[in-house]
Amino acid sequence: MSKKRIVLTFPGRLVDQPITYHLIKDHNLMVNILRANVTPKEEGRLVIEIGGNKKDMESGMNYLNEIGVHVQPLTQEVGWHKDRCTQCTACISICPSGAFVVNRKDMSVSFRKEKCIACELCIPICPYRAVEVNF
Amino acid sequence: MTRTISEINEKIKKGKAVVVTAEEIIDIVKEKGTKKAACEIDVVTTGTFGPMCSSGAYLNLGHSKPRIKIGGGRAYLNNVPVYTGMAAVDVYLGATAIPDDDPRNTVFPGEFKYGGGHVIEELVAGKDVKLIATAYGTDCYPRKSIETTITIKEINEAVLFNPRNSYQNYNVAVNLSDRVIYTYMGTLQPKLGNANYCSAGQLSPLLNDPYYKTIGIGTRIFMGGGIGYIVWNGTQHNPSVARSENGVPRAPAATIAVIGDLKQMSPNWLRGTTFTGYGVTLTVGIGIPIPILNEEILKYTAVRDEDIFTQIIDYSDAYPQRKPDTLGEVNYAELKSGKINVKGKEVKTAGLSSYAKAREIAETLKGLIKKGDFLLTEPVAALPSVESGITFKPMPSKPVKKK
Repeated sequence: MSKKRIVLTFPGRLVDQPITYHLIKDHNLMVNILRANVTPKEEGRLVIEIGGNKKDMESGMNYLNEIGVHVQPLTQEVGWHKDRCTQCTACISICPSGAFVVNRKDMSVSFRKEKCIACELCIPICPYRAVEVNF
Repeated sequence: MTRTISEINEKIKKGKAVVVTAEEIIDIVKEKGTKKAACEIDVVTTGTFGPMCSSGAYLNLGHSKPRIKIGGGRAYLNNVPVYTGMAAVDVYLGATAIPDDDPRNTVFPGEFKYGGGHVIEELVAGKDVKLIATAYGTDCYPRKSIETTITIKEINEAVLFNPRNSYQNYNVAVNLSDRVIYTYMGTLQPKLGNANYCSAGQLSPLLNDPYYKTIGIGTRIFMGGGIGYIVWNGTQHNPSVARSENGVPRAPAATIAVIGDLKQMSPNWLRGTTFTGYGVTLTVGIGIPIPILNEEILKYTAVRDEDIFTQIIDYSDAYPQRKPDTLGEVNYAELKSGKINVKGKEVKTAGLSSYAKAREIAETLKGLIKKGDFLLTEPVAALPSVESGITFKPMPSKPVKKK
């Protein structure tokens, strides 16, 4: 079974559609909603972790493409500016997914993009504004 | 074993000085003992890189044609107000100043994206900075307004002058209330959701010379990537707090006032800093060399994180209401492990002072001394220590008499 974290962007006409329901029911996929954002008159955004066998994943992705949902990997949407980061570790206690980690031996901070769920909790916490989420 | 600063300097000039960092000395002492280590080592370097609000730069902007007397008028650098209560074109740019039109905490918590600390960082980076000034006009200074751009290279003097830096130890901040609070110690989650600390611990300059036996007025230091000097004790200098047997204060204690040429410094070591809901500040890199004059001095430099204790303070009530309550003590080894125990609860910790950068500063200073590019200085006067009896006074609260 493969798993991936993706960002679904869908136009206003689709916001009242039970897209997640169809992904689960019709395509046999496991969907974990990490974040959802729907603004009236604007497009909707859904950050999900999606998992299933190869065939189901393909059919699910085809379904999303057909109805007009834009699919992007989550890793494209978050950025850590290493040059802005001072390794202070302020982000460490707030990060719920373990995307920010500190090497306790030398107290250096690193960012594991694939673990990030784009919750944005770290953004106001970082005193150096070293994290960016492009939503 | 004793040696003098001039003897150490002779060795530095010959490239023969033995220099280690305040982190390296710990294992050396463990292996060789203090006596042998004191014989072998000439200098121990320290470092710290943390937010230091009492920072700022005075600038001499040069004279326009016709002249303008900005002194007594108003002036802004990148829309951040600067202090003008000095001579015609001298201004002081404070780290915590924010633009007049910043919404501050009107919409809580305020973002505080830009302020004095950020202007200092941009100046040091060599960027164009917009100057706007208005004045009342005099016979000798007729001009009443000016709008121009300046760069650090074009102005006469740019001097970083920080009245309080490099705190000797600091509180651990927690929040006992049931709402999120936004403080200068960062964002604190309710009901002991997290604990923030701010010291380089075993690498921090004044924790390695707890009684200021070598660090004094006139000490040459690494400051913001350039060379600076200690010019006085810092504001709120408080050497009389409780100390451990090793001499290390168990609460915020000494501070230093430092000065240095901003033109020599680098944005790597001076960073504009934002605390959501609180304000802006400047993160400053400071490194201080400690000459190993005798075994006692060396012993102090071998202090370890587990030997440095500090107080856990509730920033939802005890701190703002100036109550003396503490929630207990904790050492820096525990703080750096990522979790501490407060009132029986496991609490995640995070730092605000960068230990990794503090190490980089101590290493950089070590390199400068080894190469002969940094000589040590004899202090011209000592910083007030325990015997001074200096304590940290609160603000008096007295009725104002009507005239």
